Amino acid sequence: MQSSVLRWRAVAALISLATVIPLAVILASIGSPDAAIWSHLLEYQLPGLLTNTLWLVLGVGAGVFVVGVPLAWLVSVYDFPGRRFFAWALMLPLAVPAYVMAFSQLGLFEFTGPIQTWLRDTWGDSSWVPSIRSTGGVVAVLTLAFYPYVYLLARNAFSTMGRRALEVGQSLGLSRSQGFWRVALPMARPWIIGGVTLALMETLADFGAVAILNYDTFTNAIYKAWFSFFSLDTAKQLASLLVTLVFVLVWLEQRARGRRAYGQTGRAAPLPRLPRLPLSGARAAGASLLAFAVFALAFVLPVGQLVWWAFSVWAEELNAELAAYVGRSLLLSLMAAALVAVVALALSYAARRDKRPATRLIARLATLGYAVPGTVLAVGVFVPVAWFDNWLIARFGAALPEGTTAVLKGTLVVMLLAYTARFLAVGHSALDAAMHRITPSQEEAARMLGYSGWRLAARLHLPLLTGGMLTAMLMVFVDVMKEMPITLMTRPFDWDTLAVRIFNLTAEGQWDRAALPSIAIVLAGLLPVILLSRQKEPA
Amino acid sequence: MKPMLLAALVAAISGSAFAEEVVVYSSRGEQLIKPILDAYKKETGVDVKLVSDKEGPLMERLRAEGSNTPADILMTVDAGNLWQASNMGLLKAVNSPTLSANIPAHLRDPKNQWFGLSVRARTIFYNTQKVKPAQLSSYEDLADPKWKGRLCLRTSKKVYNQSLVAMFLAEHGPVKTERIVKGWMDNLATDVFSDDTKMLEAIGAGQCDVGIANTYYYGRLMKKSPNLPIGIFWANQDGKGVHVNISGAGVTRYAKNEKGAIKLLEWLSSPKAQSLYADVDMEFPANPKVKPAAEVAAWGPFKSSLINVANAGTRQAQAVMLMDRVGYK
Repeated sequence: MQSSVLRWRAVAALISLATVIPLAVILASIGSPDAAIWSHLLEYQLPGLLTNTLWLVLGVGAGVFVVGVPLAWLVSVYDFPGRRFFAWALMLPLAVPAYVMAFSQLGLFEFTGPIQTWLRDTWGDSSWVPSIRSTGGVVAVLTLAFYPYVYLLARNAFSTMGRRALEVGQSLGLSRSQGFWRVALPMARPWIIGGVTLALMETLADFGAVAILNYDTFTNAIYKAWFSFFSLDTAKQLASLLVTLVFVLVWLEQRARGRRAYGQTGRAAPLPRLPRLPLSGARAAGASLLAFAVFALAFVLPVGQLVWWAFSVWAEELNAELAAYVGRSLLLSLMAAALVAVVALALSYAARRDKRPATRLIARLATLGYAVPGTVLAVGVFVPVAWFDNWLIARFGAALPEGTTAVLKGTLVVMLLAYTARFLAVGHSALDAAMHRITPSQEEAARMLGYSGWRLAARLHLPLLTGGMLTAMLMVFVDVMKEMPITLMTRPFDWDTLAVRIFNLTAEGQWDRAALPSIAIVLAGLLPVILLSRQKEPA
Repeated sequence: MKPMLLAALVAAISGSAFAEEVVVYSSRGEQLIKPILDAYKKETGVDVKLVSDKEGPLMERLRAEGSNTPADILMTVDAGNLWQASNMGLLKAVNSPTLSANIPAHLRDPKNQWFGLSVRARTIFYNTQKVKPAQLSSYEDLADPKWKGRLCLRTSKKVYNQSLVAMFLAEHGPVKTERIVKGWMDNLATDVFSDDTKMLEAIGAGQCDVGIANTYYYGRLMKKSPNLPIGIFWANQDGKGVHVNISGAGVTRYAKNEKGAIKLLEWLSSPKAQSLYADVDMEFPANPKVKPAAEVAAWGPFKSSLINVANAGTRQAQAVMLMDRVGYK
């Protein structure tokens, strides 16, 4: 027992290296602050940026909760017209990259966009329309982009767990809505918190969407230090602060969760589900309308805008090259999804086998990559790899062919490791939630039947975790499709993907030409997103 | 994982063993240079490999790779970026009579570490229904209170505006420059925009009357919507001339194929390639012997500033701090 626990701790430690090494590269900058840049940033930039970031985090945190949780509850407990459609359709915005969402929404709602233009043509005035390039606008755009994380995880919780709890609640005389507040919501806490945490980490790391809407957040200071003052060290120091902040938040969240158990008692086999409560009349219409409004704002309108742009450029952009980008994006996403899911499984299992704080801390460290702005993390990955290559070439250069400039650098291995560092949090949150649902008594029972070690994992955990594995894979798949900065920096020669194509087109502001690759990303993400929502959604 | 690693290894090693190849790290959109590089291959048989990314990551990549970089050329937009690459020791001086003859002195590095390949003019645009060209004169004049509530600008985070203000610093010094930029802020019609096209569209829609943008954005927009009431005005014709910047390139310090890199740069500065390079995005050729495309020439002749574009680099940080101080977001 003792040695196997140690073994798992070693596994967790090894996995966390993928994230810890890049983070260490970033943190290593702390020693040498550039006084001139820091004092400038402190006086003119940081106070405003921190206030903005705080509003953004509060706004998006509240936004994704208020949009995601009620919708998840509606589709998993009630029946109303269109419910079956909305159950999966509400997931679709997950396939839209935040930067594309921002640009598309900006195109729609700006002064020169179709909506305000129509208002001016019809009523002669559109000045009363609030600007999308404002705190409210940015919060709205990011909420629409990130609420599916909360929706997905909360729906998984509502529709699979708590059936028993809800039944018990009902037998004690609680109505469904009381059941929601007193039983389902508290029981779904790990899932909801997991979803909100993902949304907030994405918000903190986002640069594309806030840059398009010209809303200055903390990431902005990071990029300003790097690109305007050419001080990557200052950028890394700022990123270190961000990572530390996130780490403290994650740690607090974990402490707050404490030792409460979320396992379901009773049989592991799915229980007969409670019948959905049919809504009728105004309530049914209200539910349909709410779901439709969110779906339209978060998916139909922005994608419609992309399609509109695509009409004018498809002749230039629709070619064999595009197909090649699609192929590479799919292949990379698949490989990364499989890798991250397996790694996340090992990490989650390690933390379960060895409950000591040290291992949990390691598991937490390993998932921090999600909150680091992608470009900074890309540097954190690239620098040690290049260093290692240089060392190899200096050491064994004689044995390598003349003119060798790279060994690991520019290989898919580095790219996949970088994706793992970035997206482990996504895979982990899905798997860890599923892991929490396996009760200690189930494990004890299996042990009494003589299962232990690998056989225990293979016979008990794996079958109960396939759903979580699939969720993890699909979420990572979609995220890798959308990822841009790490792909740019670590891709091998001739491995341009859809995101790289979008970068190339938008580098000089040709956003409408980027509509077609953007649509391709959305389309490629649709299938996994639909699978994702069908899963846990019995016929 | 192991077979993949091996395969990647073999690919990396065999890839570097072949004959003529030039590797370019570029922050210029791939679609803008691919056609030209293809033409080069057709003519010379030399294969040009392109890696595109943002300037910052590309420079960091060069720095981390050190002497083992595969890159022979670094190509970026804006002299500020090239100046920085040279400052970081990533580039190497090139003594090429061809380049010196083809590229005017103010469009290349005084130390010959980088060379402008196309010229981008940043000038004033106006709503033709609300403004008469006679009311316009210079960038500095846009700080005058008569433009209150009528001016639109792009964000100060874009290097084009940083370079413009850096050039003011070179010309006017910090006190006057700060007064000008402060005046702009007081005149803004709405929040600053995140890109030039959006800002031009806002002028066309009447959200604002005047603004500053690069000409190729105007060219692209007018091609798409020729009826927009937007006019182009060449700024500062009574003074130093229109602010210009470049897209350009330099040979990397540890280039494996230095000769090939220089040959490619020389070819890019030649009349035939210059048209291709500049016309694809409606820019101006850097080689003065080459005429711009007809649609670009139609905007009329203008006097451009002859201050060396390297000034954009040396004063960039100062310019950014100044813009932060006056609240230019």
